[in-house]
Amino acid sequence: MYVYDQYDQQLLNERVAQFKGQMERYLDGKIPEEEFLPLRLQNGIYVQRYAPMLRVAVPYGAMNSAQVRKLAYVARTYDKGYAHISTRQNVQFNWPALEQCPQILADLAEVQMHAVQTSGNCIRNTTTDEYAGVIAEEIVDPRPYCEIIRQWSTFHPEFAFLPRKFKIAVNSVPNEDRAAITMHDIGINIVKNDAGEIGYRVLVGGGLGRTPILGEEICDFLPEEDLLTYLDATIRVYNQFGRRDNKYKARIKILVKALGVERMRELVEEEFNRIKDGEGKLTQAELERVKQHFVDPAYKALSDEPAALVSAREEHKAFARWLERNVRKHKKAGYAIVTLTLKQLGTPPGDITAEQLDKVADLADQYSFGELRSTHNQNLVLADVEQTELFDLWQTLKSLGMATPTLGLLTDMICCPGGDFCALANAKSIPVAEDIQKRFEDLDYLWDLGEIDLNISGCMNACGHHHIGNIGVLGVDKKGEEFYQVSLGGNSGGNDANGSSLGKILGPSFAREAMPDVIAKILDFYVDQRTDGESFLEVYRRVGHTPFKEAVYGKPD
Amino acid sequence: MANLINTQGLIEDSELTAITLTEWQENKESLTGQKLQLTLNSDETADLIGADATNFQRICIDFPKFADGRGYSAARLLREKYGYTGELRAVGDVLIDQVFFMKRCGFDSYALRDDQIVDDAIAAFSTFTSPYQNDANDQRPLFRRRLN
Repeated sequence: MYVYDQYDQQLLNERVAQFKGQMERYLDGKIPEEEFLPLRLQNGIYVQRYAPMLRVAVPYGAMNSAQVRKLAYVARTYDKGYAHISTRQNVQFNWPALEQCPQILADLAEVQMHAVQTSGNCIRNTTTDEYAGVIAEEIVDPRPYCEIIRQWSTFHPEFAFLPRKFKIAVNSVPNEDRAAITMHDIGINIVKNDAGEIGYRVLVGGGLGRTPILGEEICDFLPEEDLLTYLDATIRVYNQFGRRDNKYKARIKILVKALGVERMRELVEEEFNRIKDGEGKLTQAELERVKQHFVDPAYKALSDEPAALVSAREEHKAFARWLERNVRKHKKAGYAIVTLTLKQLGTPPGDITAEQLDKVADLADQYSFGELRSTHNQNLVLADVEQTELFDLWQTLKSLGMATPTLGLLTDMICCPGGDFCALANAKSIPVAEDIQKRFEDLDYLWDLGEIDLNISGCMNACGHHHIGNIGVLGVDKKGEEFYQVSLGGNSGGNDANGSSLGKILGPSFAREAMPDVIAKILDFYVDQRTDGESFLEVYRRVGHTPFKEAVYGKPD
Repeated sequence: MANLINTQGLIEDSELTAITLTEWQENKESLTGQKLQLTLNSDETADLIGADATNFQRICIDFPKFADGRGYSAARLLREKYGYTGELRAVGDVLIDQVFFMKRCGFDSYALRDDQIVDDAIAAFSTFTSPYQNDANDQRPLFRRRLN
C-alpha cells in the first residue's frame, strides 16, 4: 500500500497543528460555532445526538496492521471500546470528547492516518473495489489512481467550499460496477482502448440522498495522464455554477440535470482544453512512482486446492460453507481472498470492538502481509491468504464472531447508524436490522434465498444506500413516530451485468414491529415465483413491481 | 474598517475609482484609461469580465459568506486564464482560516473581517509548506516539485 514520504508526512503533521490551533481558538471563544463547523467537519468531526462522531479516513479501504492497532488504541482510550465501519469504507468513533479530537488526530498521524475531508462540502474519500489488486478480472489495479486522486484532492485550495459534498469512486472491472460508480458525483471506470492504452470512462452527476440519480457519461475515453486536469475542470465548472441557494439542490447531479449532460460536457471540455497540456498534467513518472507502492507482495509459488484444504473441506461442513460464501478466488494460484463479516446477531452491522481490531491486526500480520481492507458492505477483508492456512484462519475467525457465512446474503445488510446515534435520522435503523437478523437466522434458508442486498437508511440522506438495495428500507418520521418505507429492485451493479437501478417504493410505510413480517412476505413471494435458481433481482425484474406489491398489501378490491 | 493585509502584515489602502461589473459593461469607453477598482459579487463569474480584467488596477472578489467558495475559482481564472496581474483583493467574510487557500488561488491582499486577529491571519499564510496541487502561484503540482 502507499507509504508516505517526507512530503506527505509533513503535510499531515501541518494539518494536525492547524486543527489544534483552530480548536484552541474555538474553545477560547475566538471562532463562533457557525464558523468552526466547516473546520471540524473537514477534520471528520460531526456533532451527533449524544456526542461528537469522528470519522477517520481509510483511503479506498486500505489499512496496515499498525493502523488497525492504532484504531484499537483510539477506541479503547478515547471511546467506548469499539469502532464502526461505514458504508464508504471509513472508520467511525461515536463517543470521543470534542476537546480530545486534536490529540486523537495527532495519534493517528503517527501511523499515517487522518480524518481529512471525511465530511464537509469538499472532495471526500475516494472509494474503490475492496478486491482491488487481487482479482484477475480487473483491467489494472485501481488503487494507484485512487491515491493520486487522494493527493490531488487533499487541501485543494479551490475546492474546500463547494456547494455540497463531492464523492468520487473508481471501478476497474469490465462489465461490472464494483464500486457503485453510477451513484457518485464522479464515477471513473478504468478502461483500455483498442490500442491497449489505459484511460477512463467518466460518469458525472450520480448520487443517492433525497434525489437519487444515476450518473451519465460525460467522457467515453479520457487518456491516463489527463485524470487530474479533467477533474479540476469538472469541479471548477461545478464550483462556479452549482446551486448554493438550497442545500437539497446543490449536488452536481442537479447542475447536470439543469444544464443537460451535453452542455455540461461543453463547459468542462472548454476548461479542460485550456489546462490539459499544462503543468497540472500527470506524468508517467508520477504514475510509475505511485504504482510502485502497489506492486504484488512476495507471493510464493503455490498451487490451487492444496490437499490440506481439500480434506478440511470434506471433513467440516461449516468450513465448506464458509469457504463457498466468504472466500473468493485470488488472481494468484494457492491464495484466497477472505471476507471477515461484521454482521453477527446482536451487534450493529459494521461494529467492531477494540479487542477484535487487535486480533484482526494480528491475523493480517500472520496471514496476509500485514494488510487489511474495509468494504462498503461494512465488512473487512484479508486479501492475500494462503489456501493451506484457510482452515486455521477460519477457526480463529469463528471464535471472534467474524466467520458468519452470509456474505452477500439477506443478513449481510448495509445499515447506517440511524436514530440511535445520528442527529439527522428520522428513525432508528439498527433495531430494524437486528429484528430482521433474528427472524432470518436459519442458514439453510438464507442460503436457499441466495444473494440479496438489503439496505437500511434511517433517513433520506441514504447513508445506508437504501435506493440501491434489492430490498431497501427507509426510516421516515410521521408526526413524531418512526415508520419504515420499503422499496424493491435497486441494484448497485456490483453483481449484475444488466447494470444499475434505483429501487421503487412499494407502498405505504410500516411500523417497526411489522418489518420482519413484511420482509417475509416479500421473500415468500420471491421463492414462490422463482424458477431455476433465479436471483431475487431477476425475479423482480421479470414479474414486475405490482405482483410484489399485491403480495405485501393484498390485491385492490 | 476592515484590516487590510498582505502576507507580510498590515498595508495601506490606495484610492481608486470603484465600479461594479454593470458599470464597467455600460461605460467601457469612458472608463478605459482611468485607475479602476472592479468589485465582483460572488455570483459574477470570471468569464463575465474575461480579458477586460487587464483594464483594472485592482479587482475585489466578494465573499458574502465564508462558505461561498465561488470566489476561489474566480480568482484562479482571472490569474491563470485571463492574464490578470494587478492587485486581487478578497473582501467580505474574509476569515483567518480561509486566507491560505485564498493566497494559493491568486489573491494578494485581504480585507479581513473586523473581528479577525491580524497576527493569526498572517501566521495562517504559512500553514502548509508544500501542498500537493498546482495553484495560481506555482503551476507545478507536488509531483513536479518532489525531490526524491
